[in-house]
Amino acid sequence: MIRDITIGQYYPSGSILHRLDPRVKLMGTLAYVLSLFMFRGIVGFAAATLGLIALVKLSKVPFGYMVKGLKAIMVVLVITAIFNLLLTPGEPLVSFWAFRVTQEGIKNAGFMVVRLSYLVLGSSVLTLTTTPNQLTDGMEKSLRPLNKIGVPVHEVSMIMSIALRFIPILIEETDKIMKAQLARGADFESGNLVKRIRAMIPLLVPLFISAFRRANDLALAMEARCYNGGEGRTKMKPLIYGKRDMVAYLVEAGYFAGIILLRRVALPWQG
Amino acid sequence: MSIILDKVNYVYSEKTAYEAQALKDINLQIKDGEFIGIIGHTGSGKSTLIQHLNGLLRASSGGIYYNGRDIYEDDYDKKQLRSKVGLVFQYPEHQLFDATIFSDVCFGPRNLGLSRKDAELRAFSALRSAGLPEKYWYRSPFELSGGQKRRAAIAGVLAMRPEVLILDEPTAGLDPKGRDEILGQVAAMHHELNITVILVSHSMEDVANYVGRIIVLGQGSVLMDGTPREVFSQYQELEKVGLAAPQVTYLMHELREHGIPADVEATTLQEAKGCILQLFAERRKNRDRE
Repeated sequence: MIRDITIGQYYPSGSILHRLDPRVKLMGTLAYVLSLFMFRGIVGFAAATLGLIALVKLSKVPFGYMVKGLKAIMVVLVITAIFNLLLTPGEPLVSFWAFRVTQEGIKNAGFMVVRLSYLVLGSSVLTLTTTPNQLTDGMEKSLRPLNKIGVPVHEVSMIMSIALRFIPILIEETDKIMKAQLARGADFESGNLVKRIRAMIPLLVPLFISAFRRANDLALAMEARCYNGGEGRTKMKPLIYGKRDMVAYLVEAGYFAGIILLRRVALPWQG
Repeated sequence: MSIILDKVNYVYSEKTAYEAQALKDINLQIKDGEFIGIIGHTGSGKSTLIQHLNGLLRASSGGIYYNGRDIYEDDYDKKQLRSKVGLVFQYPEHQLFDATIFSDVCFGPRNLGLSRKDAELRAFSALRSAGLPEKYWYRSPFELSGGQKRRAAIAGVLAMRPEVLILDEPTAGLDPKGRDEILGQVAAMHHELNITVILVSHSMEDVANYVGRIIVLGQGSVLMDGTPREVFSQYQELEKVGLAAPQVTYLMHELREHGIPADVEATTLQEAKGCILQLFAERRKNRDRE
């Protein structure tokens, strides 16, 4: 049940994407997400699709596993689609009550759903192929210049890496608590909203207590090892660019440039 | 009336990189009133197995029958099953949540749809059976010691009046005194409430003193199934799967190797003590005669 959430989970398959420098992947994800909101028309859409297919193939993560992550944003997808469908002005096709379904609306809704699902799939490639540690290392190093204007980059990335590290632990913990309460006849799945929220109390109280206890233990363990922030701290595995990473940067730049160029290409029937 | 497991298989995270077969072709029959110890190394599938017994996990293949009914039938009432097969998890912290121990113990019976009064009556008798002193009943669960928390957690399940009580590592993290007290209490419950008890542990010493049957799990399969004497007599095989017979077994075998006719079948400290003292007495008698 709760284990179905795949966003933010690492999937070890040892592909080439796994071995890339995290900074390259961060940049690539950023470029891909930007491109999703820049492409226009069917050609750009095809390019973005090809890009996604290539990423998924390269990552060697089973596509079915990735798609499970979409379930989590299903509600958002449906709501976005409905709003776009009903509230886009233009040539009405069908109209009922106060709503009009327009040709533009259908097009907008379709593209919005595609964009959002590609967004989730694309960024899940990043988290599936990068361990949380690598990810925050990459982020810390990419954002280091911000240190100069007083942003505590190291601290923020430490907070992030701890938060990410705790996601699977807390998910597992939730699973255990759920089972312990199910064993006592608890029911999380039926009843009206109020009843369901009340049913969460036996789950949330032990979960919060355990989260606080873990945070406390971790703080103690960090202090015991003389952690005192980012100053003068060195890495066990410093990030160094290799040839592979440079090639990947080139590919990313090429893709991004391609998307921008394709914005200018119009197919004959689109005028 | 019994629990029957028929070729139960369970695979974790099927069709992903994390796929792992946790149970392999488990066939078991658990009869009413038995006191069973399930023993296995960490990762042997003990916890997975017991979560099948009350339907928390669904077998990838195979069938489970409780009192003759297939629990995977569509209209089988899982809540009812869980009240009949009570499962106490390893960490009481995972289930204690209410403001007082007493109201927490009422949680189970209230979920079964009992009235407040009936639930409270059950909570009273459950707390008494679990041996939690009355002065703790109206305290917050988080003020209690590890051993008392465990008793509270056991009471929380007992209050549903289960026919089968499963305890997952009830002694983990307790000191020797707390351990003996909890196990003694469990044995008393088995006797007084006349229920089936399944004790999961990785310590032979823990279970040897109490249970009438031991099931040894290793890598998801049942390796041995028999009385403590039968199982411990194969102590060499036990070592191969990372387990050990109780110290007593080793002592008796070693005595035997040195030519002393010790009873190698003794499984508990008491039996061994009796046997050794008897041997000494005989010796003295023989010496006196000479």
